[in-house]
Amino acid sequence: MHGLAFDIAHLLAGSMVIVSFMLLYQDRVYALLNIFALHSLVLALAVGWQAHIQNAPHLYVTAVIALVFKAIVIPTALYRIVRRLGIHRTLEVVGGVGRDMLAGTGLVALAILVMLPVTATADPLAREDLAFALAVVLLGLLLMVVRHNAISLVIGFMSLENGLVLAAAGAKGMPLAVEISVAFSVLIALIVIGVFLFRIRERFDSVDMQAMDTFREERRR
Amino acid sequence: MTLPLLLALPMVLLAVGVYAVIAARPPHGSRQVYSVALAVSTVALIAALAYLASGQAPETLRLPIGLPWLGAHFRLDPLAAFFLIVVNLGSAVASLFALGYGQHETAPERVLPFYPAFLAGMNLVLLADDAFAFLFAWEFMSLSSWALVMAHHQDPANTRAGYLYLVMACFGTLALLLTFGLLAGPDGGYNFDAIRAGQITPGLAALVLALALIGAGSKAGLVPLHVWLPLAHPAAPSHVSALMSGVMTKVAVYGFIRIIFDLLGEPVAWWWGGMVLALGGITAVLGVLYALMQHDLKRLLAYHTVENIGIIFIGLGLALAFQGNQMYASAALALTAALFHVLNHSLFKSLLFLGTGAVLTATGERDMEHLGGLIHPMPYTALAFLIGAAAISALPPLNGFVSEWLTFQAILLSPELPQWLLKFLAPAVGALLALSAALAAACFVKAFGITFLGRPRSPVAAQAKETDRYSLTAMFILAGLCVVAGILPGLVVDGLGPVVGSLNGSVQLTTQHNQPWLTLVPIVDVKSTYNGLLVMLFMAISGTLAALLIHRLASNKVRRGPAWDCGFPDASPATQYTAGSFAQPIRRVFGSVVFQARERVTMPPPGDLRPAKLEVRMRDPVWEIGYAPIATAVVALSSRFNYLQYLTIRRYLGLVFGALVLLLLGMVLWR
Repeated sequence: MHGLAFDIAHLLAGSMVIVSFMLLYQDRVYALLNIFALHSLVLALAVGWQAHIQNAPHLYVTAVIALVFKAIVIPTALYRIVRRLGIHRTLEVVGGVGRDMLAGTGLVALAILVMLPVTATADPLAREDLAFALAVVLLGLLLMVVRHNAISLVIGFMSLENGLVLAAAGAKGMPLAVEISVAFSVLIALIVIGVFLFRIRERFDSVDMQAMDTFREERRR
Repeated sequence: MTLPLLLALPMVLLAVGVYAVIAARPPHGSRQVYSVALAVSTVALIAALAYLASGQAPETLRLPIGLPWLGAHFRLDPLAAFFLIVVNLGSAVASLFALGYGQHETAPERVLPFYPAFLAGMNLVLLADDAFAFLFAWEFMSLSSWALVMAHHQDPANTRAGYLYLVMACFGTLALLLTFGLLAGPDGGYNFDAIRAGQITPGLAALVLALALIGAGSKAGLVPLHVWLPLAHPAAPSHVSALMSGVMTKVAVYGFIRIIFDLLGEPVAWWWGGMVLALGGITAVLGVLYALMQHDLKRLLAYHTVENIGIIFIGLGLALAFQGNQMYASAALALTAALFHVLNHSLFKSLLFLGTGAVLTATGERDMEHLGGLIHPMPYTALAFLIGAAAISALPPLNGFVSEWLTFQAILLSPELPQWLLKFLAPAVGALLALSAALAAACFVKAFGITFLGRPRSPVAAQAKETDRYSLTAMFILAGLCVVAGILPGLVVDGLGPVVGSLNGSVQLTTQHNQPWLTLVPIVDVKSTYNGLLVMLFMAISGTLAALLIHRLASNKVRRGPAWDCGFPDASPATQYTAGSFAQPIRRVFGSVVFQARERVTMPPPGDLRPAKLEVRMRDPVWEIGYAPIATAVVALSSRFNYLQYLTIRRYLGLVFGALVLLLLGMVLWR
């Protein structure tokens, strides 16, 4: 039983890393949102599985929160924002998929190299989980760095947060309160970001971050 | 039960500060605030005196405030009690002075709230018994005095002084923070008792010494950390200048003594003393040389503070050198000299600043070149200032002479030190001390002569009026104490006995008050003695006799005749000796080397109506070598990195990301 439970947890956490890679090369906005919903769905599954094998009912709540908010509410909201902004047909130029993939692979290697020695004494399940979670966080950051579009930045941030929840679920004894507060903070961030996107759009007629830079005052160098 | 009282008094002061913010309106507000400050300081002074005289054991108290696991510890021991006497004596007299002087304050709402807070901060520093309470009170003292420096912030020079003060105070506190961090060790025993009990390695102890020198020295004004002091002290109102120069620098000396002599325990290496000694000697001479070049009375006094801090540190350095060689009897003499000078300097420096304040009120001028002849309209101020000037110039029978004489006695014991370097260094520092004493005398001949003698150099000086009675009382209290401490030094030395004993392995000077004729016998009477009382009696009797003889045998009338005008009838006051001309020979001798002083005479050709000009240009070596490069480097670096302020969001994210990846990589490679 233990072997199978471990393998499934491993599979689900690994799938999150794979989905993170999928996020990295999506150049259309709707596709990006779909993949993000998939990312959150896998997260919900992974957390739910953790709840099952750790026998920790509060993790089911976390899984439900992930499912409802991150896989359904947030992508839907972003869908509506994108439609109202009228940017669903814009293609984002993703500079060099190969480059991003290579960088992502390096980050995953780095995450494993960092985590495995540090957690040498921990439960093997938590070790793998933490390594994957760090990889998801790093890939989310990479997504935020390589993209120009504000929507992509938001997605990057959310996927990064998914990685944090994965880490929290993997470590035993994390109180539910933390996860709820994290989830709500993300929700609030979404609202704030949504408002900001509209404000930015009104001001600059674009949500492309590069376009915005030309408006900045006093640029030196 | 003195300690709870002494802790309650600063709280009263803080409450008065709050009251001053809310309710105080001039003119009654300033009178109320200063009256309470006077009462509180007097009570604290009496309590501390009673504690020191009774010779009780140290009192400790722990209050459940501050850091939750530490609390706030307070302790009253002889060292703290002595400095409490110095602080509260200065505060009481300054408050008395301010009862009159404060009426002329143009911005009382900027002074009244911070003045009691400043007094409270200084009291709390002395009572603190853990690193947190100490640093908190220290910063409180620094910030409230900074606010007082900025009281007249309309003047851009004051703003600059305040800025420099703030930077140096932060730097000093950082050094002290590191000092306590090193002393507390990895276990974090920030309680002073834990620090005393702990042991640290000689290397760390040397680091503690260096950091304490930087931290306390920057507040006290040790060269080369003195640059803020001559700017900031004069910028404050005069009674606050008196406190900052006369008292706050002593709190800094207290910090140094507490850390090095008390917390660190026995000095580990003999060269510690040599280092402090050399710094003290350089500080003394440079301070007085700077002072000689000044024509601004308050700034001149501030530079003299630097000089006197140097003298105090000479005593402390000798004490460290002697202690490092287990020569406790000699160390007791050096420590006594240093602490005696702490008391003396607080007396006469406060007196001189208050006298300057009186001159400032009467004329609105601080520049000596615009003063002159003030002895006629302000005879009492002139007398008090003269006593202070004679005391700071170390003339017997006043108090300045006694402490410098004791310092010299300690220097004369230095040949007994086993290290050759110290054997050579101590006499050299003695020469520096003698030089600085002589230059100080010259400087105060200038300060008194140009300000009070001669003829008025400006209309304001001609129309000056004597200052009010409160101010005069305050000045004469201090002048009287200068005389008393000078003619009865044995009593002061006996009072310092327990303080010295507590820092010096229970070795102190022999009891002085039962010596015949109140003679001061620091070592043994075949070696050296000094009797201030006899000196004063001799001076009084011979002076009276000479006056009587002249009046009896010559004429007993005061005759007024025309002043010798060198053949130029109706000479203008501008033909008098000026401060600049008085200092010129000394500037030629020392200034051309130390300050790169260059004179340039511009003589217009015949027929040209422009006046001839004599310009003197001086450069400050400490600023140019020590500070200007740092300032330039900071500006260069920050303009180099200025573009970081204008990056895109992605660049910022990229920076965060890159830093994270780099740190993770470092972690991987490190393991």
